[in-house]
Amino acid sequence: MQVSIPTPLRNLTGNQELVTATGITIGTLLADLEKQFPGIGERLLDDKGQVRRFVNIYVNGEDIRFLQDKETSIKDSDEVSIVPAIAGG
Amino acid sequence: MNQEFFSNLKCRECGRLYPKKAIHVCEFDFGPLEAAYDYDKIKRHISRKSIESGPHSMWRYRELLPVDGNPTVGVQVGYTPLVKADRLARAIGVKDVYVKNDTVNYPTLSFKDRVVSVALSRARELNFQIVACASTGNLANSVAANAASAGLKSYVLIPADLEQNKVLNSLVYGTNVIGIKGPYDQVNRLCSEIAGKYGWGFVNVNLRPYYAEGSKTMGFEILEQLGWKIPKHTIVCMASGSLLTKIAKAYTESIQVGLVDETPFHIHGAQATGCSPISTAFKNGTDLIKPVAKPQTIAKSLSIGTPADGYYAVNTMRQTGGSCEDVTDEEIIDGIKLLAETEGIFAETAGGVTVATARKLVSLGKIPTHEGLVLCITGHGLKTSEAVANHLGHPRIIQPSLREFDELISSEAAAAA
Repeated sequence: MQVSIPTPLRNLTGNQELVTATGITIGTLLADLEKQFPGIGERLLDDKGQVRRFVNIYVNGEDIRFLQDKETSIKDSDEVSIVPAIAGG
Repeated sequence: MNQEFFSNLKCRECGRLYPKKAIHVCEFDFGPLEAAYDYDKIKRHISRKSIESGPHSMWRYRELLPVDGNPTVGVQVGYTPLVKADRLARAIGVKDVYVKNDTVNYPTLSFKDRVVSVALSRARELNFQIVACASTGNLANSVAANAASAGLKSYVLIPADLEQNKVLNSLVYGTNVIGIKGPYDQVNRLCSEIAGKYGWGFVNVNLRPYYAEGSKTMGFEILEQLGWKIPKHTIVCMASGSLLTKIAKAYTESIQVGLVDETPFHIHGAQATGCSPISTAFKNGTDLIKPVAKPQTIAKSLSIGTPADGYYAVNTMRQTGGSCEDVTDEEIIDGIKLLAETEGIFAETAGGVTVATARKLVSLGKIPTHEGLVLCITGHGLKTSEAVANHLGHPRIIQPSLREFDELISSEAAAAA
């Protein structure tokens, strides 16, 4: 599936804004991203293996924190976007 | 100048240092950037006396604010009254209550003038020509007004369904008001994209590390006005949670730079039940904030479903031994009326949240009745008058006749007896 990569991480993906990756859950998808683009894993996951506090991951526009976090199931037709958490207010 | 006191931005998560430009996100872990100060230098430079001889504005604390030179926008902001609220204290059953009254902050009647003064002064230093914000209302008013006085073009983006007065109170300054069909979180997300693309100075996006520091001045003023004493208990309402964390930071910095002795203090948080992601996390014993997709409360100024500083706010309350509660719309309206009727202060819905939460925390025994309590009241009631409009009764209408007036008064006396 298509995964959109935020600007600060594009130096790890050869400047690609959109990459293709596989996985049946967000967790396995992130592992695949790390395999393809070494170094991206530690930017997205902290040392406990959890998605970093200020990283938002959306599946078809829905925040995985509303779904099942890393266990959220995904299929090939889904759009996954990685977006830095936004400050506001 | 200030350059020696404030030389970098720093990631709140990993501590990486960054130059003090219009950036707000750590490149490594996307953590928020914060202004980093040299507290030892500041400590050698300031004293109670030096502050007391400073301007009667928030800028008496300029060594602890992130601008290089003298402020050029909002030089008269702040230094609002700290009101000893004995009648309110009696009503909620505590010995001492003080109200930090930002309902009369200059120029737009909310605490937001503090953060905007810093952000726009810095925006000028960084040569921005156009400034902007995402807002639930008060920030838009403040950016509009202060940008106008500074001769800066501005855009304010708000949820399209905001209170009428808040919209009017931005339009009048000649700003460009853009209403977004969606909740605040969508407005904010769009603004991040616009900031990236257009290069405007968004006070609460790319200028956020400077903007946020302005809130500290509410805390500095409180402790100075109490005679250089940190209050035992402070209650702060929360939208993003930023203000609460900065009040705590102000108290901590004051100790660090030798303005006050170290004393224990408790910071308590207040939210509206209809949008209480921070309160919910606190009460559930976690710091993982579950976003609220569709806030439902009359307290629109606090309707941020994904609070940027939620995590930090929860931890600040826990670390200071504070507590957190949320209140219903009915309780909010009662809170507004109670403050108005006991102290003559007309607060907006966020102020009602704060008063109602104070009442609740006292009744739950979370705040001891004999210890001093400060309520941070953040905006004027005229801005959210729709919220109370149907709950105030009506004038009694009579002919211009003394007889009718007499009848009116005596029937009231009879009813009261």
